Amino acid sequence: MELTTVWFLVIAFFWIGYFVLEGFDFGVGMLVRVLGRDEPERRAAITTIGPVWDGNEVWLIVAGATTFAAFPEWYASLFSGFYLPLFAIVVSLILRGVAIEYRGKRDDLLWRGRMDTLITVGSLVPALLWGITFANLVRGVPLDASHEFVGSLGSLLNPFALLGGVTLTALFVAHGAIFLALKTTGELRERANRLASVCGLAAGVLAVGFLTWAHGQRGDLWSTVLAVGAAGALVAGLVANRMRREGWAFVGTTVAIGLAVASLFVAMFPAVMPSSLDPAWSLNTVNAASSPYSLKVLTVIAAISTPLVLLYQGWTYWVFRKRVTVAVS
Amino acid sequence: MDTLDLARWQFAITTVYHFFFVPVTISLVAITAGLQTAWYRTGKDKDLRLTKFYGKLFLINIAMGVVTGIVQEFQFGMNWSDYSRFVGDVFGGPLALEGLLAFFFESTFIGLWIFGWDRLPKKVHLACIWMVVLGTQLSAYFILAANSWMQNPVGFRYNAERGRAELTDFWAVLTNKVVLVTYPHTIFAAFLVGGAFVAGVAVWHLVRRPGVDVPAFRTALRLGAVVVLVAGAGVALSGDQQGKVMTEVQPMKMAAAEALYESEKPAAFSIFTVGSLDGSREIYSVKVPYLLSFLANGDFDSEVKGINSLQQAYEQLYGPGSYKPNIPLTYWTFRLMIGVGMTSVALALLLLWATRRGRAPDRRLVWLALPLPLLPLVANTFGWIFTETGRQPWLVFGLLPTSAGVSPGTTTTEILISMIGFLLLYGALAVVEVKLMFRAIRAGLAGVAPEPDTPPEPDDSGKPLSFAY
Ligand code: HDD
Ligand code: HEM
Ligand code: HEM
Repeated sequence: MELTTVWFLVIAFFWIGYFVLEGFDFGVGMLVRVLGRDEPERRAAITTIGPVWDGNEVWLIVAGATTFAAFPEWYASLFSGFYLPLFAIVVSLILRGVAIEYRGKRDDLLWRGRMDTLITVGSLVPALLWGITFANLVRGVPLDASHEFVGSLGSLLNPFALLGGVTLTALFVAHGAIFLALKTTGELRERANRLASVCGLAAGVLAVGFLTWAHGQRGDLWSTVLAVGAAGALVAGLVANRMRREGWAFVGTTVAIGLAVASLFVAMFPAVMPSSLDPAWSLNTVNAASSPYSLKVLTVIAAISTPLVLLYQGWTYWVFRKRVTVAVS
Repeated sequence: MDTLDLARWQFAITTVYHFFFVPVTISLVAITAGLQTAWYRTGKDKDLRLTKFYGKLFLINIAMGVVTGIVQEFQFGMNWSDYSRFVGDVFGGPLALEGLLAFFFESTFIGLWIFGWDRLPKKVHLACIWMVVLGTQLSAYFILAANSWMQNPVGFRYNAERGRAELTDFWAVLTNKVVLVTYPHTIFAAFLVGGAFVAGVAVWHLVRRPGVDVPAFRTALRLGAVVVLVAGAGVALSGDQQGKVMTEVQPMKMAAAEALYESEKPAAFSIFTVGSLDGSREIYSVKVPYLLSFLANGDFDSEVKGINSLQQAYEQLYGPGSYKPNIPLTYWTFRLMIGVGMTSVALALLLLWATRRGRAPDRRLVWLALPLPLLPLVANTFGWIFTETGRQPWLVFGLLPTSAGVSPGTTTTEILISMIGFLLLYGALAVVEVKLMFRAIRAGLAGVAPEPDTPPEPDDSGKPLSFAY
C-alpha cells in the first residue's frame, strides 16, 4: 500500500477514535442536567467521565496534528475554510473543559448549576458542528483551483449538513446514555437505560436517513457496506440495552459510530476534500500529502507511539472500571 | 487593520496567554511530584498535606493551559493556512510527536493521578505524577523544536515546484542547535516562576496565618526560594549560551536587542538608554563596556555587527526591503526580561535570609507574596515577545516572510469575530481562574485522613472522591 493511503487510514483512525471516545463524554455532558435530578447525581454522572475526558480530547489534537503533518494542504484548506464553525467548536471545548475541571472547586450549588449548563452547551455545540463539518466534507465544498475555500458560512449550513449535525448529536446522546447506564447504579442507571432506548431509536432513524443520502451522493459498494454495518451494530446495541446487557450495548454504539464515520471516509477516498466546483480541483491523498521522507518518519513515530497510547489509555479504563455510586446527601 | 495585522495580534495574544499557564504547569507539577516523593519516602503528614495543597493549585492552573492549547493548534490552520502549507512537511513531525507522546501522556496520567488517590497502590500513584512531569517536558521539547526550526531552519530542502519546505533530516530538526539552548533556558525560566509561586504562597501564609502549619509552610518557603536560586543561575547561564547561538544564526536580532546601529569592536552593553532609539540621538545611557561583545561571541574584544551593515548584507541576499524588526520593542523587552526576572532572584534571596535559622519572616515581607511569582512570569512574556518579534519580518527565518503566511481566503470579519470572542472569553476566564486560585490559597492545607496502603475493597469504590470533582 502507498504511504499516502496508509496515512489516510491513520488519520481516519484518529478521527474515528475521537468520535467514539469523546462521543460518549459529549453525550454524558449533554445529559448531566437531564438525567441528574440533584447535585449528587450530577456529580456522579460527571465523575464517570472525569478521569478520561481530557485523554479523549487529545484524540482530536492528534487527529489535527497528524493531518497537519501528513497532509498539510488538507489541514490548511479545512481549518481556514471552516473558520467560524471551528471557532465555535474551540470556544465550546474551552468552556466545557474549564467547567468540568472547576465545578467541584467551589462548594456552592449555584456555581455548580452554572458549570453544568456550560458543560451541556459545551457538549452540544461541538457535536452538532462536527456533524455539519463532516457532512459537508462528504458532500464536497467549493474549493478553487488553488484549493482555497471560496464558499460562505451559509453554504455550509445546507439541509444535508444540518441533518448530519443532528444525526451525530443523537448518536452521541444515545452513546452517552448507555455509558452512564453502564457506569452508574440505582435510579440514575435506570433512567439512563430508558433514555438510551428512546434516543437510540431516534438516532437510528436519523442515521439511516443521513447515511442513505450520503452514500447516494458519493458512495461505492464498500462505503455502503460499512454504513449498513453501522446500522446493524446500532440495532444490536439497542437490543442489548433492552436486555440490560449494558456492556454489550456500549460495544454496539461504539461499533456503530466507528463504522458510520469510517463509511464517510471511505466514500471520500481518494479525495480528502472533494471540490464541489470542479472535481479536478479536489484535494486528494496525493496532491495534499507531505513528501515521502516525511511520511516515512511519521510512520515510524506513529507505529511506536500509537500501540503505547492504546495500552495505557486502555489501562485507565480498567482502573476505573467500577460503577460510580451516587453519594447519599 | 487588514487580515495580516489582525492575525498577528491574535496569534500574539493567544500564545502569550497560553504561556502564562505553561511555565506554572511545567514547574509546579515537578515540585508537586517532588513533595509527593518526599511523602512516599518519609511518610510525614506535612509532606502529604503540602502535596495535596500545591497539587490542587497545579490542577487549577493546568486546566487553563490545556484549553488554551487547543486554540494554538487550530490557529495555524485557521489564520495561517499558507504558512501551514509551507511548513507542514517539516513542522508537522514535532507537532505530531507532541500530541502522540506528550499530550496523551499528560492527559491520561493526570486523570489517573486525580482519581487514583485511593484506588492505586501508593507507588503506582506516585509514578503517575512523574509520568505527567515527563509529558510536560516532552511537550515543551517538541514544541520548542518546532519553534526553533522557524528561528533557524535546518534539515530541509526547498521544493520550488510545490513552493514549500520539505524534510530531509528529522534528527537535524530535533537537534537544532537553537532548540538545544532554548529548551534549557525555557525550562529554567519556568522553574523560576514555579519556585517563586511556591515561596510566595508560603510567605503569605506564614505572615497572615501566624501559628497555622508553620513547619509545613517554612519547608515550602525555603524549598521555593532554593528552586528560584538554582533556576536563576540556570537561566543566566543558558541565556548566555543562547545569546551566542542567536548571534550566529540571527545576528540582526542581537543587533536589535542592543539597538546597535553601527558595528562596534569591542561593543558595550547598555543597561538602559534615554533617547531616540532610531539611533539618531542618544541623550543618556548607562553602559557596561565590553559586555555585549562577550554576550554575543564569548570574547570581550570581538566585533558585534550593527543593524545598518546587516541590513545591507540582507538586501544583497534577499532583495530590497527592510529586514529590521521593531527596534524599541526588542531593545526594551530584552532588558526587561533580564531585569524583571532577575529581580525575583534577589527577592528569593531576601526571603531566605529573613527566615534563616528558624526565624519567622518579618510582617512586611507579606508584600512580596504577589510580586515574587508575577515578576518571572512577566519576564517570560518579555522574553517571548523579544524572541518572536526579533525574528520579524520573517516567519521562517530567511525563507518565509510573515506577510506570506496568512490565510488568503479568510476575511477580516472572520478574524474580528474570533478575536473579539477570544478576548472576551480569555478575560472572563482569567477572572475565574484568579479567584479560584486565591480561594484555594486562602483555604490553606487541608487535614488528611490516614491513607490506606493498598487499594480499598471493591464495595468501597462508591465513596465520594476526596480530591476531585
Ligand atoms: C524568567 C524569565 C527569564 C529570565 C530571567 C531570562 N530569560 Fe532569557 N528568555 C526567557 C525567559 C527569561 C524566555 C521567555 O523563556 C525566552 C523566550 C524564548 C526562549 O527560548 O526563552 C527567552 C529568550 C532569550 C533569548 C532569545 C533567544 C532567541 O531568540 O533565539 C536570549 C538571548 C536570552 N533569553 C538571554 C537571556 C540572558 C542573557 C538572561 C540573563 C540573565 C536571561 N535571558 C534571563
Ligand atoms: C509559548 C511561547 C510563545 C510566545 C509567548 C510567542 C509569542 C509570539 C508573539 C508575541 C508573536 C508576534 C510577533 C509579531 O507579530 O511581531 C509571535 C509570532 C509567531 N509565533 Fe510565537 N510565541 C511562542 C511560541 C511559538 C511557538 C512554539 C511557535 C511554533 C510552534 C510559534 C509560532 C509563531 C508564529 C507562526 C508567529 C507568526 C505570527 C506573527 O508574526 O505575528 N510561536 N509569537
Ligand atoms: C504556539 C505553539 C503551541 C501550540 C500549538 C501548543 C499546543 C498545545 C495544546 C494543544 C495543549 C493542550 C494539550 C492537552 O489537551 O493536554 C497544550 C498544552 C501545553 N503546552 Fe502548549 N502549545 C504551544 C506553545 C507551547 C510552548 C512554547 C510550550 C513550552 C515551552 C508549551 C507547553 C505546553 C504544556 C507544558 C502544556 C500542558 C498543559 C499546560 O500547559 O498547562 N506550549 N499546548
